[in-house]
Formats: sequence, structure tokens, C-alpha cells
Amino acid sequence: MLVELRKMFGRRRTWLAFGLLNLLPTIVAGLLAWTGIAPRPGQGPAFLSAVSANGSLFAIAALAIVLPLFLPVAVAVAAGDTVAGEAQAGTLRYLLVRPVGRTRLLVRKLVAVSVFVVVAVLSVALVGFVVGRLLLGNAPVSQAMVSVSGSVLSPGQIAWRTAMAIGFVTVSMLSVVAMGMCLSTMTDAPQSASLGTLAFLIGSSLLLTLDAARPLQPYLPTRYWLSFVDFYRDPILWSNIERGVGLQAVYVLVLLGAAWANFSTKDITS
Amino acid sequence: MIRTEGLTKRFRAVTAVDGVALDVAEGDIYGFLGANGSGKTTTIRCVLGLVLATSGSIELLGQPMPRSGAQVLHRVGTLVEGPAAYGHLSGTANLRLHDASGRLPPGANGGGRRDRGRRVREVLDLVGLGAVGRRPVSAYSLGMRQRLGLAAALLRQPELLVLDEPTNGLDPQGIREVRELLRQLHHDGTTIFLSSHLLAEVDQLCTKVGLLDRGRLVLQEDLAALRAPTGRTVVETSDVEQALGALDGTVEHRDGERLLVRAADPAELNRYLVQAGVRVRTLGAERRTLEDVIAEHTSARDPNEVPR
Repeated sequence: MLVELRKMFGRRRTWLAFGLLNLLPTIVAGLLAWTGIAPRPGQGPAFLSAVSANGSLFAIAALAIVLPLFLPVAVAVAAGDTVAGEAQAGTLRYLLVRPVGRTRLLVRKLVAVSVFVVVAVLSVALVGFVVGRLLLGNAPVSQAMVSVSGSVLSPGQIAWRTAMAIGFVTVSMLSVVAMGMCLSTMTDAPQSASLGTLAFLIGSSLLLTLDAARPLQPYLPTRYWLSFVDFYRDPILWSNIERGVGLQAVYVLVLLGAAWANFSTKDITS
Repeated sequence: MIRTEGLTKRFRAVTAVDGVALDVAEGDIYGFLGANGSGKTTTIRCVLGLVLATSGSIELLGQPMPRSGAQVLHRVGTLVEGPAAYGHLSGTANLRLHDASGRLPPGANGGGRRDRGRRVREVLDLVGLGAVGRRPVSAYSLGMRQRLGLAAALLRQPELLVLDEPTNGLDPQGIREVRELLRQLHHDGTTIFLSSHLLAEVDQLCTKVGLLDRGRLVLQEDLAALRAPTGRTVVETSDVEQALGALDGTVEHRDGERLLVRAADPAELNRYLVQAGVRVRTLGAERRTLEDVIAEHTSARDPNEVPR
């Protein structure tokens, strides 16, 4: 198990992905601090209007910035690389005759990519927090925040709601992980698996903007991603959050099942 | 060590391996011969459980494959269709990673974490990469990669080595070193199964050969038996006419001053010829070369046939 983590975190690519993920929110924070022009409430990425008053909130804003595209791209690349990357390097056959059982290999890869997701989300939140404190409104952490619904949230409430939001974003990424791994077992080219996963997500996002696709929308994987905003309503609006988690669970089960069924009976000719 | 019955693998319309019955016994150095695309690699992949056979049974170290892979594969060292390593890591780091992946059943010898560093150093020395240092594998030459692949195969002191074209990409010096290494390992009790299309390599090293032609095993025999005297003697003489007269009817073939004589005992024939006053230049029992044997058993490729 540790072997897979060592492999993943021993790569420059992994650290580059974390760096890029944190670069965009940092640039946004820098621009906000420099120009002092915050988007008006209700416009632009969620929470950005609030951060000029309270820099601590930039942790959440940073997640909202990377969630629609940057984070899924990074996760798709990592997940698409899992099996196909080994196949392309030729190391897959040597792993399997080591022997590492095929199911065991999939589980290890799943754990490694999940760790990647958790580290990515946490680093974005943490760097967002630090950058926000340094560049934006450095109001004391103890300052209360006005919730999306208009009532006031205490710092303690903000803290545990943010923890839950981070958890929800992580869960949201699991369908991307499952899709990437599923495609990764079907091809020997990691790029194809990653791009296929992105196509799937872009398709889903596109259908969300189309009124004619309304009957499909509750089942699209990206449908509830931005529902983590609901954690900052008062009281928390659970319905979409619950649906979001349930939907991710279904996608993960089906796609990982497909990945397992394919990989465990596959002829390894790479 | 390896035994297959009626091993068949079809990829859609193409039958890559067709009813192969391999028999590799303990202590053999088995040379697996065949032209490119004759099915050698697919057979090896089937034996190792990488490719799932369409039909037939496979036994590896006495256990059915691929079902018992987890119990037996750790006792087998492999080099399948070229070496592979993570290019950004050094040879040592690659071997350490390779050794760390894959759980061993309890009681397995050679494979723990404690002596990993020592074993990695040992195999690197063994294949001549001891002094290569921290260079990443992406900067290795083809020959060095091949050596690293061999080192990975030897890491757990396997009972059986399955090597697919182990000397691919090596220079003559390297080929000789690998041959010596394999001889030494065989001497120390390792059974070796190696595939090759280099006849010289097999000729010099192996005790038994199997020949694959278009997915079928057309020959499987001890090399000594294949090269046994044929019961004919080759005579070269400058007194050809005189010799023909003296031998009278036992000459089967004449090629200039070279005669092929049906006579089991060359020494007896020599005495007879000399007594008859024939000046003999060379004389010896006829032996078939591996190349002759293979040409005999392999049908020539049709001019329109695409080599697979």
C-alpha cells in the first residue's frame, strides 16, 4: 500500500499538480488585494464578495474557484494514470507477476488516488486560508460571518461547516476518480483515460446548462458539486448535499465495479 | 516446473497459441524457439497468468495457473518481452520498489524488508550494474535496462527463471556475461526457461528445446538427442574415385571431394579406407546442427504470408 503512495508522491508531476491547483486562487487573491475590486454579491465564484472583509473565508472561496475545472482536471490526470500509466511503462506485467493480485492492485490504486484528492483539497483550503489572511482582510479569526441566508454564523460554526464542506468536495471528486480508473483499465494510454474522463465531466456540465436536458439533470455527476455552498446556509440545507453524496456513491460503485470486472478478466498484453 | 496441456489462446479470429503441451522439468535449461510472432510471448504470458488461455490447462511449479498465482509466482523470476522500469528513478530505487510491491505468503524465503538493501546490491553486482550509481533509468542504455530487468528477476532467488529473450539489446560481451551468469544459476539449482530466436544462444546453453511454429509446438526434445550422430560419416578425400570404388554402394551423397558414407563407426571406416590406399583428409561422424533440425520441422513462410 505504501508503495503506491511512495510512487505517486515521488513524482514531480504530483507536486506540480498541487502547485498549479494553489496558484490560481493565489492569483485571484492577489488581484483582489491589489485592485480592491471584489465581485458584487451574487456574481462570480461563490464567497468572493465576502473575502475582502474577512480573509479567513478565502479558504472556502479558493475551493469554489478550483472546483469546477482545475480540481477535476488534476484528479482525472491522476486517476487516468493509475493502471494505464503502469501499462504504458510496461511495469504492469511485472507488478502482476510479482505477484500483486489484480483486485488488490485496483484497491491500492484507489487508495492512492483518494489520498491524492484529500491532499489536494486540504492544500487548497489551507493555502487559501493563509493567502487570504496575508493578502485580504485580516480581520481577527474570531469575527463572525454573515451566512448565505443572511443570519450570523459564529467562528466555531464556520470551522465545522468548512470541515464538512471539504469532506463534501472530496466526495464529489470520487466519481471522477472512479471514472478515471475505469477508463484506465480499458486502455494502455493514460492520456486517453484522463481525456475521456474530462469529456465525461464537460458533457455533464454542458447538459446542466441545457433546459431540454432537465429530466437528466438530477443524475449528472457534476449536478450537486457546488452544493457545498449549502453548508453556509442557516440552517444547513441538507437535501442537495444528501442527494449529491448519494449520487457520487452510485457512480463510484457502478464505475469501480466496471473497472474491476474489466481488469480482473483482461488479457495483459502491454 | 511448467506443464501445459492443449494450451490454446485465440485473439478474436487469430489463434496465437494452438494446443501447446510444454513440459519443463526441474533442472532443465529449456530453450523455447520460434520465429517472430510464432506465439512464444503469448505462451509465456499464459503460463504467468497475464493472458487468460482460451482452453487447456497450465501447471506452474505443480500448481494450476492462473488460479494459484498468488502461491507460486513469488518463486518465479521473470523477464517478459523486454525490461520495464520507472524512468525517473534510479536502478536501485526501482528494484527496492519492485521488491516492496506484492505480499509474500508466510514462510516464503528471500523477500522481506530487512535484507532488501543487501539483496538489491547483490543482484546489481551480479548483473554488472554495481557501480552505476544514482543515475535515473531513463538515462540507461538498452543493454543496461536489460541487465536491470534481469536483476529484478533474480531479486528473490527464484527456483524458476522465465526469460523472454534475455540477451536482447546486449553486445557480444554482454551476451557472454549473461550466458555465464545463467550457467552459474543453473549450476546452483535454478531451472531456466528461456525463449529466443537466436539459435547460437540456445545451442550453447540449453539442455532441452521446444520449437513453436505458427502457434503449434512442433518439436520438444533433449538437445543431446537432437544432436546425436546420424549413423553417417563425412569423408573428405582427394582420391574421390578410388574411395568410391573401395566403398562401393555405401556412399549416399557426393559433393565434390566430400562424401557422405553410411557407416556407424568412423574409426572402422578410416582403417578400411587407409588400407585401401585412399588418402583421407578429414573424417568424422555426421551430426545435425540445431539449424538443420529447425529447418526440418518448420514450414517455410509462404511468400504472400504476412509474418505475424
